[in-house]
Amino acid sequence: MPNMLAVCINGKECEVEFGTTILEAARKMNIHIPTLCYHDDLCLSGICRICLVEVDGEKTLQAACSAPITRPLHIRTHTEKVRKARRNILELMLSNHYGECYTCFRNQNCELQKLAKEYGVDSLRFGHVELPRHTKDTSSRSIIRDMDKCILCRRCVRTCHDFQGVGALEAAFRGIDTEIQTFLDHPLGDAVCINCGQCINRCPTGALRERDRSDEVWNAIDDPQKIVVMQTAPAPRASIGEEFGLPPGTSITRKLNTALKMVGFDYVFDTNFAADLTIMEEGTELLTRLKDFIVDKKPVSLPMITSCSPGWVKYCEHYYPDYLPHLSTCKSPQQMFGSLIKTYFAQKIKVDPKNIMVVSLMPCVAKKYESDRPEMSASGFKDVDYALTSRELAQMIKETGIRVTDLEDSDFDSPLGLGSGAGLIFGATGGVMEAAIRTVYEIITGEEVPFENLNVIPVRGMDGIKEAEISFQKTKEDWKFLEGKTLRVAIAHGTANAKKIMDKVASGEAQWHFIEIMACPGGCLGGGGQPIPTNENIRKARAKAIYDEDSHLNIRKSHSNPQIQMLYNEFLDHPNSKKAHKLLHTTYTRRGKI
Amino acid sequence: MAGKRKQILFSALEPGLGLKKALEHTQTEIIDIIKLSRLRGRGGAGFPTGLKWDLAYSAKAPKKFIVCNADEGEPGTFKDRILLNEHAKKIFEGMAIAGYAVGSQEGIIYLRAEYRYLRPVLVQAIDELRKAHLLGKKILGSDFQFDIDIHLGAGAYVCGEETALIESLEGKRGEARNKPPYPTESGYMGYPTVVNNVETFCYVPYILIEGAAWFQKFGTFESTGSKLFSISGDVKKPGVYELEMGTTVRQVLNLVEASDTKAVQVGGASGICVAEKDFDKPLAFESLPPGGSIIVFNRSRDMLNVLKNFMEFFVEESCGQCTPCREGTFRLLEGVKLMEQGQCSIHYLRVLRELAETMKISSKCGLGQMAPNPFLSIIDNFKGEILARDRVTDSIPL
Repeated sequence: MPNMLAVCINGKECEVEFGTTILEAARKMNIHIPTLCYHDDLCLSGICRICLVEVDGEKTLQAACSAPITRPLHIRTHTEKVRKARRNILELMLSNHYGECYTCFRNQNCELQKLAKEYGVDSLRFGHVELPRHTKDTSSRSIIRDMDKCILCRRCVRTCHDFQGVGALEAAFRGIDTEIQTFLDHPLGDAVCINCGQCINRCPTGALRERDRSDEVWNAIDDPQKIVVMQTAPAPRASIGEEFGLPPGTSITRKLNTALKMVGFDYVFDTNFAADLTIMEEGTELLTRLKDFIVDKKPVSLPMITSCSPGWVKYCEHYYPDYLPHLSTCKSPQQMFGSLIKTYFAQKIKVDPKNIMVVSLMPCVAKKYESDRPEMSASGFKDVDYALTSRELAQMIKETGIRVTDLEDSDFDSPLGLGSGAGLIFGATGGVMEAAIRTVYEIITGEEVPFENLNVIPVRGMDGIKEAEISFQKTKEDWKFLEGKTLRVAIAHGTANAKKIMDKVASGEAQWHFIEIMACPGGCLGGGGQPIPTNENIRKARAKAIYDEDSHLNIRKSHSNPQIQMLYNEFLDHPNSKKAHKLLHTTYTRRGKI
Repeated sequence: MAGKRKQILFSALEPGLGLKKALEHTQTEIIDIIKLSRLRGRGGAGFPTGLKWDLAYSAKAPKKFIVCNADEGEPGTFKDRILLNEHAKKIFEGMAIAGYAVGSQEGIIYLRAEYRYLRPVLVQAIDELRKAHLLGKKILGSDFQFDIDIHLGAGAYVCGEETALIESLEGKRGEARNKPPYPTESGYMGYPTVVNNVETFCYVPYILIEGAAWFQKFGTFESTGSKLFSISGDVKKPGVYELEMGTTVRQVLNLVEASDTKAVQVGGASGICVAEKDFDKPLAFESLPPGGSIIVFNRSRDMLNVLKNFMEFFVEESCGQCTPCREGTFRLLEGVKLMEQGQCSIHYLRVLRELAETMKISSKCGLGQMAPNPFLSIIDNFKGEILARDRVTDSIPL
């Protein structure tokens, strides 16, 4: 029986468990307390001091976010002291915040702006910053830092350090000189940053954002010489509606297709197609590694680890360079897709690939870095020219005046527009694993996975690390060496969880054969390019939308996708063929920790 | 006058006698003796030492730590330096007794970076105590073991705040933690930790030898015993003095032969600045919280300049973590500069006053809560001087 305590907030009474914070108690009682440095996903900090409340018997005001209730309390949330303190603190923040709201990409989605309005800031008694004092750090291909807008809530630091386990950002100097910096103030592009962009999703102001490529995309659309091809990933389709006022978890895939055509894209394809292709390539690679290991007793790198998440790939390059051979050599679906557009598709429509621009809609800012990697141009052309985030594309659509929510549905273009449900669920943590299991199991046994409605439940859900195993009986002739064997898999999302997994791999403690790792919490649906705000409930809603869509599709296994079969017949021969290796596989780079 | 100069810390102490007495008691008996003595923390905040030990004693954990806060950084304070240099064994004996009382085997002394030169003195004292079986395993032949490590700070004032000190000990940026949990529950590496000031530990062996009743005889009811004061400024005889708690400011001024005194800063930069009307107030936690420092200013001093100096110190030393302290100290200093230039309206002075009051109740740690003290006390106690200098004007709208 937990120790319950009586709490009275603004005259309303309630019983809470010992140790509940004042903020949690207030939320339970539907009493609003403003917060800024607090974030549902992050550890407590208690530094912005916006959430101060008056507690009877305490000389000082208490930060509701971090004050645990350990005795019966009388709390008041809007006394004169509290109101004055909040006003003063907000004005202090604003006095050190440079930026004109109407030129800021966070205008109307800025927590500082919202607080200033909510708490009636009508003057700037401590002045304001008239000229910028920092140069924008534009060194990263993914993330732009504008420290003039930083209010030092350190959500980015806690995201990077604690939540993601990366540690590219830290507070430097003291007092009024305090700044958020990379190690030795190196440009972000040279830091250990993995480009996951989780910091952007948690920044309350416009201090952090993605490198905006929408102007370049507009230029391409406006250029009559260019064929502009758009591919949309599954996660943004389940979230971009939030940018247009829809509740989290509303998938607008087919309306978006219509909108994209109206915006001016010549072809709209489905990245899920490339996800299916990834499963064919990666599944085959896994089976080959298993065969090499079991039958031919060759030294192979097992467990094999997925390589779809560019944030994870860079994390591995920085922190576990010795384990790069464990990464699947497969490019991510985005890059496979780009590569095929510039070769297979260009041949089909008889257009010189130099006149084709590939733009992708991604939930991710690391995809920008990935598309700029020099090794991603096996066809002689950049696989993907521009990767846009959900936020950038939403902004482009807003600029056209198109009301997405009012549009008719339309289908993807052919022949790269058909994706299976297996490709779709790539957007959620565990999705790649589930898709792989659906296909690999059937290749080996000739039968569908032994789960109701193909739903491989053990690999789903928001647990940081998930494990599952599946054993093979009645194997087909080619796979007899797997008869009675058990495939052990693990799934991690968020690089802090990836670290736990990799430490087990490094210590030899791990018994897994195949691991799926996504850099972002919840997988791609929680990506750094997704609409702001984010929290676990929003991520769960997006996941639900994705799984619901999968369950209603006719084709739910990658190998059953007829367009994939056609692609192999017409162009690639077979999975892991020489041509497939040239176009669809890649290499990695050892990077240091500094 | 002379009756007020009671010597405790500066009287002779037979090494190990306090610890020997302690080992004759149970843990709770020692805590009760310290509680009965009503010894309060000498770092400035005056938290009851016995209660702090009791909290750490009651916390259940496989390990506990005793930390000596030797990060003496309050401007004008240099009393711990004398203790570290000349009475180190008393400190370590006090720490060992605390260790025995709360059930800790590990002590750490956090020495401020500027006192690095004292390290060999401390190392030697620890070595001698080990040889005399007053530190290490089987202390005085008993089953009690306790040893002490020396840890150097890196020059941040905020690390005198106990939770920032612990962060620094753990190798992190020196910044205050959220409280609760207090260090006695979760401190160094998450273990229950007692953090006491250098001077506090020094009284402990005396109390064990002479008894709580003896200690209570000194000082006032709320503030028992004596206290070291670092006295500097416009005085003939600056230095470290051991005075009974409750000694008045005027008695101190007479003792150090100060003349023509206008103001006395009690408790360093984070203390308060008293004017002559308050010189008869006693230096005790219930009246003028004593801290470790007394800085005397005579009538030739410009109080605005004094204030500016203190505010510059806080702007420099704010850790930069919480908004009120980081931005507030800076705005108060800017305000003082405006006053200097005759550019501060009465209206803006009121705005700054409200800001200072906000900082006191809204900052995360003691640093930010105390930083407005000199601003408020100098503006309030020397309003006449500041307004009369024709530097604060009503004519410039802000």
